[in-house]
Amino acid sequence: MNLQAVRSIYIFEMARAGRTLLQSLISPVISTSLYFVVFGAAIGSRIQEVEGVSYGAFIVPGLIMLMLLTQSVSNASFGIFFPKFTGTIYEMLSAPISYFEIVLGYVGAAASKSAILGLVILVTANFFVDLHILHPFMMLLFLLLTALTFSLLGFIIGIWADSFEKLQLVPLLIITPLTFLGGSFYAIDMLPPFWQTVTLANPVVYLVSGFRWSFYGISDVSIVASLVMIGVFLAASLAVISWIFRTGYRLRP
Amino acid sequence: MNHETPTAPERTVRTETPAVQPTPVIAITGLSKRYDSGFEALKQIDLEIQRGEIFALLGPNGAGKTTLISIICGLVNASSGSVMVDGHDNVTDYRAARAKIGLVPQELTSDAFETVWNTVRFSRGLFGKPPNDAHIERILKALSLWDKRKNKLITLSGGMKRRVLIAKALAHEPEILFLDEPTAGVDVELRRDMWEVVRELRNSGVTIILTTHYIEEAEEMADRIGVINGGEIVLVREKAALMRQLGSKQLTLHLQTPLASVPPALAHYPLTLAEEGSVLVYTYDASDAGDDGHVSVSALINEIEAAGIRFKDLHTKQSSLEDIFVNLVRERP
Repeated sequence: MNLQAVRSIYIFEMARAGRTLLQSLISPVISTSLYFVVFGAAIGSRIQEVEGVSYGAFIVPGLIMLMLLTQSVSNASFGIFFPKFTGTIYEMLSAPISYFEIVLGYVGAAASKSAILGLVILVTANFFVDLHILHPFMMLLFLLLTALTFSLLGFIIGIWADSFEKLQLVPLLIITPLTFLGGSFYAIDMLPPFWQTVTLANPVVYLVSGFRWSFYGISDVSIVASLVMIGVFLAASLAVISWIFRTGYRLRP
Repeated sequence: MNHETPTAPERTVRTETPAVQPTPVIAITGLSKRYDSGFEALKQIDLEIQRGEIFALLGPNGAGKTTLISIICGLVNASSGSVMVDGHDNVTDYRAARAKIGLVPQELTSDAFETVWNTVRFSRGLFGKPPNDAHIERILKALSLWDKRKNKLITLSGGMKRRVLIAKALAHEPEILFLDEPTAGVDVELRRDMWEVVRELRNSGVTIILTTHYIEEAEEMADRIGVINGGEIVLVREKAALMRQLGSKQLTLHLQTPLASVPPALAHYPLTLAEEGSVLVYTYDASDAGDDGHVSVSALINEIEAAGIRFKDLHTKQSSLEDIFVNLVRERP
């Protein structure tokens, strides 16, 4: 195991975030704060409580999930796409380093960054609403698993994409809509019965529901279903990545 | 041009240079590459690189130079065949194989926003070596990059970026260095610096494999030369032997009075007239330029004098590697 290399990639990627602190940390925090001001304070005060939780507090887990998903995907995809785009990937491919170590470095850094971001947003939310975390351990588990899974997905997108447009395509057209429709801002039983059924096909529903359960003990679907779902995601991402590396897809012609 | 077809280049080399060590540092056998598009970039390449030599790989664009280097370094998967790097298979034992190799790619790529110092340090880490700032400082100083170490790569000129790529390739103290078209688009000063570094590396025992378009560079630097064309190794020779065997010489005589035709008395020499009969040109194989060659040149001059032809001046010209190369590539399309 070339730990030195994993460490180098990890540090390199974390330093990249450090250089772009404005984009990678401050901008998500500001946009989340805006959500809190608008939905939590302004509109939220006129919305009745959801299952005993004030609306402002209710949307916190969903918002963190929203940021976690989009940031993990965009961070990890850009991290591997950029060396491919500039050509510096040659060095990675010529180094005595396994695919597993490459993933560990890139995905580890991306997941760390979005997990840190999630926690920062949690702290920010604390300024706006009264937060209680019923199951802190489960909350962290969900946070880390989601960051990891979606960083893996981002890594896959970064390898697949051969243009900046494709790089933006998946986050913009798939991740964001799924998150918005995944119960970030509402409980599923607020929907008409037909849409309640449709929405169960949205995988993000399970993530948001499980994450919200760890805060308030309320959930749209069972916590077991949430854990199974994230496990399935993780397994699927790992399967795709191992296929990519077995075939050299888009990396080694 | 009249020269022999080298059928077994490796064997020829060994007989010519008995000092060469028996175990090659890189051994390539039956290496082929067919891309998904169906393009056959390499066809059954067999090649051995000796430890400590400077090997120049010459070939026109699209001959397969970069594909060959890319397969050895692990950037491209081979379709068949094997590459052994100092006894390590570059697929099954890739860690040991790649750790010995440094690669300077043809294209100028860089992490635009990184500093020189960080990017070179990163390269060392990537190859699994513990940090050694003293070593990196030495490299940067040797490549005149020390003053620029805090600069972001995006602010550097093309020549400076090339230096950075070399520094990155040397960061992990490789035993084998690949330079893919290292002097393409590089100014004279940098080229000189670069060859100085290459010479020092060779003196410290590093094996160097370079591809180049600039044949005079190969002529000046290389110990051995391989010519690749259409995905096949056309020949591999010790440079001096190649020049001796395949080069031709020309003797040019500037005549006092122009001739209408070559006199019959001299017809047994391959003579031609140029510049309206005022220049007489004699072309002969450089391989004959041993004892026999000299006899034939002096015999020719005697006979010319005997034929009553007077000349003002004469000069001889040895064909350059470039002429040899152009001939080789042209003859085997």
